[in-house]
Amino acid sequence: MAARVIVIGAGPAGVRAAEALVEAGVRPLVIDEGRRDGGQIYRRQPEGFRRTYAALYGTEAARAQRLHHRFDALRPHIDYRPETLVWNIREGVVHLANAQGASHAPFDALIVCTGATDRLMPVPGWQYAGTYSLGGAQVALKSQGCAVGERTVMLGTGPLLYLLAAQYVKAGVTPAAVLDTSPTRARLRALPQLLVKPAVLLKGAALLRTLRAAGVPIHRGVTPVRIDGDEELGVRGVHVRLADGTALDVPANAVAMGFHLRPETQIADLAGCAFAFDDAAGQWLPEIDEDGRSSVPGVYLAGDGARVRGADAAECAGRLAALAALRDAGVEPKHDDAARLRAELARFSRFAAGLRAAFPWPAHHARQLPDTTVVCRCEGITAGELRRVCTQDGAVEANRAKAFSRVGMGRCQGRFCAHAGAEVMAAALAVPLADVGRLRGQAPVKPLAVALDPAPYADVTVATQDNAASATPRSMELS
Amino acid sequence: MSTHASHTAHADVIVIGGGIMGCSTAYFLRRHGLSVVLLERNLTGQQASGTNFGGVRRQGRALPQLAMSNRALRIWRASRELLGSDVEFLPSGHTRVAYHAHDAEYFDDYARQARDYGLDLEVLHGAAMRRRFPFLGPDVLAASISPLDGHANPRLAAPAFARAARALGADIRENASVRRVERTATGFRVETVAGESLVAERLAICAGAWTNALASQFGESAPLTVRGPQMAVTEPVPYVFRSSMGVYTSIKEESIYFRQIPRGNLILGGGPPGPADAATSRAAVLPENTLGQLRQFRRLVPGVAPLHIIRVWSGVESYLPDGEPVIGKSGTTDGLYYAFGFSGSGFQIGPGVGETLAELIATGRSEIDLQPFRIQRFDAPGPSTPASAPIMAQGDPLSPTVTSS
Repeated sequence: MAARVIVIGAGPAGVRAAEALVEAGVRPLVIDEGRRDGGQIYRRQPEGFRRTYAALYGTEAARAQRLHHRFDALRPHIDYRPETLVWNIREGVVHLANAQGASHAPFDALIVCTGATDRLMPVPGWQYAGTYSLGGAQVALKSQGCAVGERTVMLGTGPLLYLLAAQYVKAGVTPAAVLDTSPTRARLRALPQLLVKPAVLLKGAALLRTLRAAGVPIHRGVTPVRIDGDEELGVRGVHVRLADGTALDVPANAVAMGFHLRPETQIADLAGCAFAFDDAAGQWLPEIDEDGRSSVPGVYLAGDGARVRGADAAECAGRLAALAALRDAGVEPKHDDAARLRAELARFSRFAAGLRAAFPWPAHHARQLPDTTVVCRCEGITAGELRRVCTQDGAVEANRAKAFSRVGMGRCQGRFCAHAGAEVMAAALAVPLADVGRLRGQAPVKPLAVALDPAPYADVTVATQDNAASATPRSMELS
Repeated sequence: MSTHASHTAHADVIVIGGGIMGCSTAYFLRRHGLSVVLLERNLTGQQASGTNFGGVRRQGRALPQLAMSNRALRIWRASRELLGSDVEFLPSGHTRVAYHAHDAEYFDDYARQARDYGLDLEVLHGAAMRRRFPFLGPDVLAASISPLDGHANPRLAAPAFARAARALGADIRENASVRRVERTATGFRVETVAGESLVAERLAICAGAWTNALASQFGESAPLTVRGPQMAVTEPVPYVFRSSMGVYTSIKEESIYFRQIPRGNLILGGGPPGPADAATSRAAVLPENTLGQLRQFRRLVPGVAPLHIIRVWSGVESYLPDGEPVIGKSGTTDGLYYAFGFSGSGFQIGPGVGETLAELIATGRSEIDLQPFRIQRFDAPGPSTPASAPIMAQGDPLSPTVTSS
């Protein structure tokens, strides 16, 4: 075996992929944006922080601990680059940036485990300071032990809405309210699919008990009307319409919002992977086979970065993708449990479909947004302007609308506005969502410092074998 | 797919290519009262017209281009009224700077000669330059300032011409790829991939990198090569750089140019080009080129170091060996006209080319001498055909080595 394998991401999928590679005697290069391993869900606190696993991860403490310990054990057998951004990828080479500078590494196989971020829906006023994504609010809590506000409204839908609210309660910052756009009946309808994973359902029930015990108001089937506030002082409150039609004002100095998750697919996009519109998810997703092979030979996609199925599924998918990469390179995995993993993953897929049905993306909100609502926060472009370029300037597709209006052209490159923007376009043009297309990915994956210079050893050699745990390969010392 | 014509359309002129050349030609043809069908294989204003730097820059052009360039500037200045939309034309000045003594001297020569062509430049050296531009890096020796030049938004310009042409009655057809063109007894017939057949008395081919596939059907061609500009943009920061700026140098690696738009982003380009492919309409930004640009950007303006690049892009541009375009009549076929091969410098003069080509098609003559831009200059050299006689650009010391459209 002489395969140079790179794993991008050190969350649940990336760690299990690296583990399978190491088992087979391969020494992968593991690149991660985070300062420590664990990804978003099992984010490790900075060195020196002393919170317990139970305090940090609640019901997921045991899983988090297992994954962290597994990664610690893998460390002598992998080349690990934390705090490193994969900013570009082209023709079998990944391009990296970190504090040491720019470098690049060629690969034979690439396993992309880039995770997910919040899927966001604009709400009038969401541009005011004090509006965070649920994920962002969670990062502040897990990493630094900070809440985003003293009175925080959790707004949106999805499991993370309740998980974060419960985590805030445990941290001693009781949320002002949990405002869920999904109606109760959606949850009931999804119950048969959700019963595939009864243990996860029970964890959900436990979160609700925590919130009720703390007296957190929970409203379902709400329609977000606006976030009150101003440019100077930021968020002052949230105004919604309840399921029964009555108005509700919740005073708050922060809002954490999210509408379930979307995969981070820029690296798959830059690698040239084919995408297809997924009707069930209502999103463009990279095409993968059941083991995670993309349309590009040698490029594998695993975890929430490919399909949002949760952390447990990501562990399965990461290992499965690594096993596929090994077999494709002609290596017989020592412990090939692919068949079991595929079956397990199929159950997670059914559960994920249940979650999507229980916490539906409120597409109709995007279609009803007032013209004055900011859709693209980076560039400050309103729904009205986006509608205007569609109906008056002839933009019939997402990239054209971006060129004319700048929606998706800013710092986030459309990662947080493209979904809602596409809904606004589809409604304005009266076409199916898929016809609007998707924004083409462009480098850099995240903003790249103009100060960046090549690292002292910019040519990174990826090891093909793990010869000995004792000797650190030269490539490891570089940066 | 049927090969039968679904219907036949007739116009005075068919324009093939919906870049800034084709769209502005269609617009001005309508102003001459001629009926126009424009066929664009994809969407108007993409590739070279939509992905370029956005420089509305006269200085640095070969002297024979300046008449056209001045004509274009008049159109840019009136663009809001003419087009009924804002293409973000900002005449905030264009400045070339030099790192090397011989380039700094050349600025004085060029300024002297350009004055005869209606282009007034101010050249500053040493301390005077530094007083005007205190933010420039220590390697900069001189600056040549063109106060009336500036920049515009290439994503908006060509589509705005297309919409304005349509408002005047032009038939602008997007996603209309051409399969075949031919001369008929009375004019031209154009057949689209979709099976449509169109006829016109005259035909204008403004198809950029895709021109030869059409021109060869009339027994002529030009030695086009394709490349991709290497563009990047920073996050928005306070608007301080009024003048668009570029390094003039014969060392490709150290060329860099940038402009800031009032909303704050800095757009930059320069250095070696990237690969492009006309067949797939794809052009790439090479990662190493982006890194090289960052270094050169800091050399030019050290203060930009804390900024970040948020996006890079490219597009298919076509180049001719002498760096000059083809504009004017076919060498083989009556009634056939061309505008292509702008070699990375077409954006600014585009509207001038459109006005000139429309004038030529409508009246048979043009205010501007098109001799230097004849397609015949690329005919196989023979003892009796001094085809490259129009001379100018090949090896011309005044031909800029750095393109910054």
